[in-house]
Amino acid sequence: MTTGNRKAKDRWVRAGLLLIAVLFLGIFLIVPLVAVFAKALEEGVSVYAAAVAESDALAAIKLTLLITGIVVPLNLIFGLAAGWCIAKFSFPGKSFLLTLIDLPFAVSPVISGLIFVLVFGAQGLLGPWLDQYNVKIIFAVPGIALATAFVTFPFVARELIPIMQSQGKEEEEAALTLGANGWKTFWRITIPNIKWGLLYGVILCSARAIGEFGAVSVVSGHIRGMTNTVPLHVEILYNEYQFVASFAVASILTLLAIATLIAKSIIEERSHVH
Amino acid sequence: MGKQRRVIPGFGLTLGYTVIYLSLLVLIPLGVLLLKTTSLSFEQFWQIATADRVLASYRVSFFSALSAALINSVFGLVVAWVLVRFSFPGKRVLDMLVDLPFALPTAVAGISLTAVFAQNGWIGQYLEAWGIKVAFTPLGVVVALIFIGIPFVVRTVQPVLAEIDKQVEEAAATLGASAWQTFRRVIFPQLFPALLTGFSLAFARSLGEYGSVVFISGNMPMKTEITPLIIMTKLEQFDYTGATAIATVMLAASFVLLLFINLLQWRCSKHQLPY
Repeated sequence: MTTGNRKAKDRWVRAGLLLIAVLFLGIFLIVPLVAVFAKALEEGVSVYAAAVAESDALAAIKLTLLITGIVVPLNLIFGLAAGWCIAKFSFPGKSFLLTLIDLPFAVSPVISGLIFVLVFGAQGLLGPWLDQYNVKIIFAVPGIALATAFVTFPFVARELIPIMQSQGKEEEEAALTLGANGWKTFWRITIPNIKWGLLYGVILCSARAIGEFGAVSVVSGHIRGMTNTVPLHVEILYNEYQFVASFAVASILTLLAIATLIAKSIIEERSHVH
Repeated sequence: MGKQRRVIPGFGLTLGYTVIYLSLLVLIPLGVLLLKTTSLSFEQFWQIATADRVLASYRVSFFSALSAALINSVFGLVVAWVLVRFSFPGKRVLDMLVDLPFALPTAVAGISLTAVFAQNGWIGQYLEAWGIKVAFTPLGVVVALIFIGIPFVVRTVQPVLAEIDKQVEEAAATLGASAWQTFRRVIFPQLFPALLTGFSLAFARSLGEYGSVVFISGNMPMKTEITPLIIMTKLEQFDYTGATAIATVMLAASFVLLLFINLLQWRCSKHQLPY
């Protein structure tokens, strides 16, 4: 075969591969993405606006923001603590601890909800005791927060641990030797070094916290205007055949997802975290 | 570790916090699930876990997850190849979109895929003309799981492919190997561990997936009912024992997979898993 022939053949192969990749992503990602907005705006902007501004939808948005506001800081503090002890010290059982941190990724969302029903539900382990004090966890906000925290548990830690490990501990040791105390070292040395990874983890954690469906579905009880998060509200509207309203609310989540992707790619570019 | 005093403070505090938070939020609740299962006799457990409808759901979950992960392995490899090796307009946007299934709430993916693949949907109407029905059939479950699994294969293969030394390929080509031979003999063996890891991650995620599947599958018992949905149904009927027994079977399967994936990572790669 001559080189010219080979080059021509290469071009065809390249064009073919590109076409396959674009068709695949087009069918499975781009078309469904565009469909959300098309369905949401099917009956015009005013119907769309009414569906988004409806009181149950607003209550769902408020609840989702509340849950995200509780869960992300909790998992952020955990991620920092885990990153610090795993990256700066050596101790036996470290790799086992790392595996345990990943555990929630391996658990089906439905099971992530179920375990909290088994602990806090009416028939659960602590159920009778909680009932005595009139504390409601399942089918209430605390249950939704717990299930969401479980599902998003590894996100910040997973981003921070490798970054903190690769940075080592020399800079912190230098600061401490020069007389800075632990907190000052943490705020002035560690945090600036890991800020991109931190932001990246927080964004991923928030996106999942906002969008979690299966786990929250188990513990929420679907009480309209009370324990409905935005994804659950999308489901309820859909099951009631209010398709336009359902897609309208879904389009807010889709816009957030797109914002997440853009933020993610900007951070990746700035910091080369991956 | 040694007796020598550490310069860096906070070991006890951070490790203590990590272990307590991990135990309270993850380990103890999972332990309660196992504890609840052990309260069943083995006969009871076996009867619940191997009921006809439950067995059918394992089959649906397993084979849909397997098909979706295989399809994702083939097309994910092509996508990763195109994103690493070619330059073309819109590449950055396409690269960014690969992560959409991670960012988009599963319920949104579920209703949107159902709309697109329904009989009168944008893609469904053309498939309908060929006699292919997707929404509310087993094929619908596979479509939802393909969507969910896309990033896993692409993101595990991409960094490995980017690091493969082009000189080796050039050497193979100079020695007279065809492009296909070079791919099969030189590149593919280097990519294989990453591809297998991506496949396993996509498969593991698909086994437990709920939100994107329940809308498109139609949830017909024995046909398109996935195992997570059986757990959900039992919970709605307040059958906590039944839900727990089936959840234990699923957990065992996921942990075996997790172990396998960790072994793969430990054996053959220094790259961090994408998620």
